[in-house]
Amino acid sequence: MAATRLFLRASPVKCSLTGLTGGVHSSLGSTLLKLSPACTAKPQAQRRHAAHFTFHPEPAPSQYESRATNPPLTFTGTEIEEQVFIADTHCMNVSAGPTQKMNLFQSVTSALDNTLAGDPTAVIFGEDVAFGGVFRCTVGLRDKYGKDRVFNTPLCEQGIVGFGIGAAAAGATAIAEIQFADYIYPAFDQIVNEAAKYRYRSGNMFDCGKLTIRAPWGCVGHGSIYHSQCPEAFFTHCPGIKIVVPRGPVQAKGLLLSCIADQNPCIFFEPKILYRAAVEQVPTEAYQIPLSQAEVLQEGSDLTLVAWGTQVHVLKEVAAMAQEKLGVSCELIDLRTILPWDTETVCKSVVKTGRLLISHEAPVTGGFAAEISSTVQEECFLNLEAPISRVCGYDTPFPHIFEPFYIPDKWKCFEAVKRMINY
Amino acid sequence: MTTLPEILDRFNQNASAAKFRGRAVWDFHRQEQTRDTHALDVKMAAARGVKKLYGIGLHAIRQNASLKATTFLQQRAFRVNGALRQQPFDSSAEKPQFPGASAEFIDHLEFIQPNVISGIPVYRVMDRQGQIINPSEDPKLSKEMVLNFYQKMTLLNTMDRILYESQRQGRISFYMTNYGEEGTHIGSAAALEPTDLVFGQYREAGVLMYRGFPLDLFMAQCYANADDLGKGRQMPVHYGCKDLNFVTISSPLATQLPQAAGAAYAVKRENSNRVVVCYFGEGAASEGDAHAGFNFSATLECPLIFFCRNNGYAISTPTNEQYRGDGIAARGPGYGLMSIRVDGNDVFAVYNATKEARRRAVAENQPFLIEAMTYRIGHHSTSDDSSAYRSVDEVNYWDKQDHPISRLRHYMTARDWWGEDEEKAWRKQSRKLVMEAFERAERRLKPNPELLFTDVYDEMIPPIAKQRDAMWRHIQQYKEHYPLDLYEK
Repeated sequence: MAATRLFLRASPVKCSLTGLTGGVHSSLGSTLLKLSPACTAKPQAQRRHAAHFTFHPEPAPSQYESRATNPPLTFTGTEIEEQVFIADTHCMNVSAGPTQKMNLFQSVTSALDNTLAGDPTAVIFGEDVAFGGVFRCTVGLRDKYGKDRVFNTPLCEQGIVGFGIGAAAAGATAIAEIQFADYIYPAFDQIVNEAAKYRYRSGNMFDCGKLTIRAPWGCVGHGSIYHSQCPEAFFTHCPGIKIVVPRGPVQAKGLLLSCIADQNPCIFFEPKILYRAAVEQVPTEAYQIPLSQAEVLQEGSDLTLVAWGTQVHVLKEVAAMAQEKLGVSCELIDLRTILPWDTETVCKSVVKTGRLLISHEAPVTGGFAAEISSTVQEECFLNLEAPISRVCGYDTPFPHIFEPFYIPDKWKCFEAVKRMINY
Repeated sequence: MTTLPEILDRFNQNASAAKFRGRAVWDFHRQEQTRDTHALDVKMAAARGVKKLYGIGLHAIRQNASLKATTFLQQRAFRVNGALRQQPFDSSAEKPQFPGASAEFIDHLEFIQPNVISGIPVYRVMDRQGQIINPSEDPKLSKEMVLNFYQKMTLLNTMDRILYESQRQGRISFYMTNYGEEGTHIGSAAALEPTDLVFGQYREAGVLMYRGFPLDLFMAQCYANADDLGKGRQMPVHYGCKDLNFVTISSPLATQLPQAAGAAYAVKRENSNRVVVCYFGEGAASEGDAHAGFNFSATLECPLIFFCRNNGYAISTPTNEQYRGDGIAARGPGYGLMSIRVDGNDVFAVYNATKEARRRAVAENQPFLIEAMTYRIGHHSTSDDSSAYRSVDEVNYWDKQDHPISRLRHYMTARDWWGEDEEKAWRKQSRKLVMEAFERAERRLKPNPELLFTDVYDEMIPPIAKQRDAMWRHIQQYKEHYPLDLYEK
C-alpha cells in the first residue's frame, strides 16, 4: 500500500547516501542482522503505523496536446510526458507546457533548475547541498551549473542566512537551504532583526529581497522533537518577511519560483513527509503561483476548513468524512502563504458558512491558528454560528513514540466538525 | 624592524591553518580539483560497498563519479608540504591520513600554549611623535592627500563634539563619538576604491566622511528629519548611503560579518574587481556571527577585508574580560585567514595594511583580517559615563600621548605642510561648516508619518494599508495630542 511503502522508503536523517540506511527493512540489513529463533522478523509491537493522511494530487489535466519537448532535467526512473498540461479550475495559475511526473523534492529541483538556468546571479548554498542534499532537492545541479553556484557551507545556520542576506543585498539571487526547519533558530536574529528590516531601516536604499530560505518542515512519522517542527508561528510575528508552505509538487514549484522572484526575503517550508509521498504531473518549464492568495480547493456551505501543507490532505479526508457521515458540506481552503495571509478569502468563506476550523501540527498556543481565529472573529463576528475551532498539536514538544497521539489527525478534526455542527 | 611583507610571510609559514591549506595562494583552482578526487575515491568505495541502493541515489553517485573521473584524469600532480588531500590513500607511509588535518605525528604529550605575552606584533610606520621609523614603509602620499586625511579626521572630531553636545541639550536623542579612532576610519577608507562595499558597526563615521557624505546628511540622520536618506526610521549614527556603497548600519552587533562574506561572494562572481570591507569592534568579535563570518569567508574564498577596531572596551567591558587569547588577529589563522595587527592610531600603518590587503584580496579571492589597535577616548555613547569603569588618567594618556590626529599633525608640520596659522584657520572653518549644517538640520521638519508604513515590503500590502488608514483616522480625531506640526505634511 502506498502509505506503508512511504515509511519504508522515507529517508529520515542526515546520512542517506553512505549506505547506512535501511536497518531492519532493507535486504542488506536483514542479511546482517541475525535474529534469534525466538524473535519473529516483524513483531506486532514493532510494526509502524501507516501515514496519518492520504496525499491528494492536483486533479488530472483536462486536455492534452502533444508537443516536442526539451525538458530541462531528467529524473531517473520517470518518463518524460510529452503532453501539454491545460490548467483546469483548480490550477488556474499553472501555465501550459510539457509536464513530467515528479515527486515533491523533484519539483523543488526543477524549480531550482529553472532558476539557475534563467538567472546567472542565482546561487544555492547550505549544508550538504553539493552532493544533492539530504532530501535530494539539489541533485544534479552542481554538475550542471558549476561549483561556484551550488556549494556547501560550513555547518552554521546563522552563517548560512547571514551569508544569504549579504549576497542578496549585493545583487545575487540567493537561495539558502536550512537542513531542517528545526535548526532554523540560530538564524532567528539574522532573519528577524536583519533580513526582515533591511529595506525599512535603510529607507529603501538597501534590501535583501533576493533571498529565499528553504527548509524541510513538519511531521514525518518518526522525526520526533528535532526533525518534525513547524516553526512558522515564530516568524509570522515578524513584519518584512514572507512565509509560504506548499501542499504538493505542482504547488511547491510554482510557489517556490514566486518566492525566488519576489523582492522580499521569503521562507519556504517544504513538508518533508510529502517529498516522496506526493507525486504529480508537474510542468517542466517555469511558472509562478501568486503569493498571499489562499486557494479554495473544495466549495461548501456549512463549515470552512483552513490548513496548509500536509494538513490540507488530512482535512480533505475530513471533508469527505463529514459529507458522508454527517451530510455536512465543507469548504476547504489551503492558506499557502502564511505571511502575509489572505484574510479576504478566509473571511469571505466564513461569512458564507458561519463556521471555521483551523488545523496545524504546531502547538496550539501561539500557533498561527490563533491569529486566523482572532482576525476572523473581528471581521465575521455576527456571521459565526459556533466558536472557531483549532485542532492543533498539543503544548508539548513533538514526541517520538507518541506521534500518533500527538498529531491533529482526521479523527480529531472530524470530532471537532461534529461539535461545531451540533453547537 | 620588520616590513609588512615580511610579517605576512612569516605568519603564512608559521600558522598551522595556513600549512593545512598547504597551497600557494594563487592555486585555489587546483586545490579544488584535488579535493574532488579524494572525495571521488571515498564515493566510489562507498558505492562498491553497498549492495543495494534506492534508484535515484545510485544514479546520482554514478553521475558524480563519471564527471569527477574526467577531472581526475586531467588534473596535474600537485604536491605541497603536508597537504594530505592532494595525495591518494597511502597507508604504508607513517604519516597521518586523516581528512580533517594535515600534520606530522608527535610522540610526546605537549599542549600548545596560547601566546599572549608576546603575541602578534603591531605594525606601525610612525612613532608616537609622528616620525617615520622605516622610510621604506612611508607610503609617501601627496601633500594634498595627507592634508585631506588631517582635515577629514578633524572635521569628524568637530562634528562629534557638536552633536554630542546637541544630545546633552536634548536636541537629538542619542549620539556616539569616534574620539581616538579617526585614524582607523580615514586610513582604511583611503586605501579602498569608492566602489568597494562597506559594512560597518557604528563607530566608522569617518569612512563615510572620507567618501564624501555631506555634513547635512550626517545631521539629517541624527535629527531624523525629512532629508534623512533612511527616512527617519533609525536612531542616530545608523548611517547608510547607497551611492557611497556604505550599507546602512544596524544595532545588532556582528550581524554584518556573515553578510559581508555573502556580499563578497556575490561581488567575486561579478568579476568586478571590488572588495568588501567589514568593520567591527573587539567586543562584537565575541558574537557567534563573527565566527560564522570568518569561517564562511575563508571556506568560500571571498574577497573580503575584516577590519577589527580593538579599542580596549566594549561599553564597560575591558578586553581582558572579552577574551583570553591574543586578541582578534590571533583568531584569524585558526580560520585560515591572512591576518595582521596594526597600530590603529597610525594612519599610514592602517593605510598600508588595508591597501595591501585589498590588492591581494581581489587578486587571490581570499579574506584578510586586520586588527587595528586603538583606544576609545570617548564614552561608549551619550548613555554612558565611562568614569564609572576607567580612570581619567588612562583616558588622558591616550588623548595627549597617542592620538591619530596629533601624530599626523607632527608628520605634516615636520614637512612644513601645516602650521599654527593653518591650524587656527582650519579650526574656525571646520567649526563654521559644522555649525551651519547643524542649524539647517535644526530647522528642518521631520518626515511625513506616511513613511512609518512604507518599505516594510517592496510594495504596500493590504493589512498594512488598512492599519495606516486607521492611524490617520485616529490622528484626525485626536490631532491635538499628536505633534503634527513637527512633521512634513
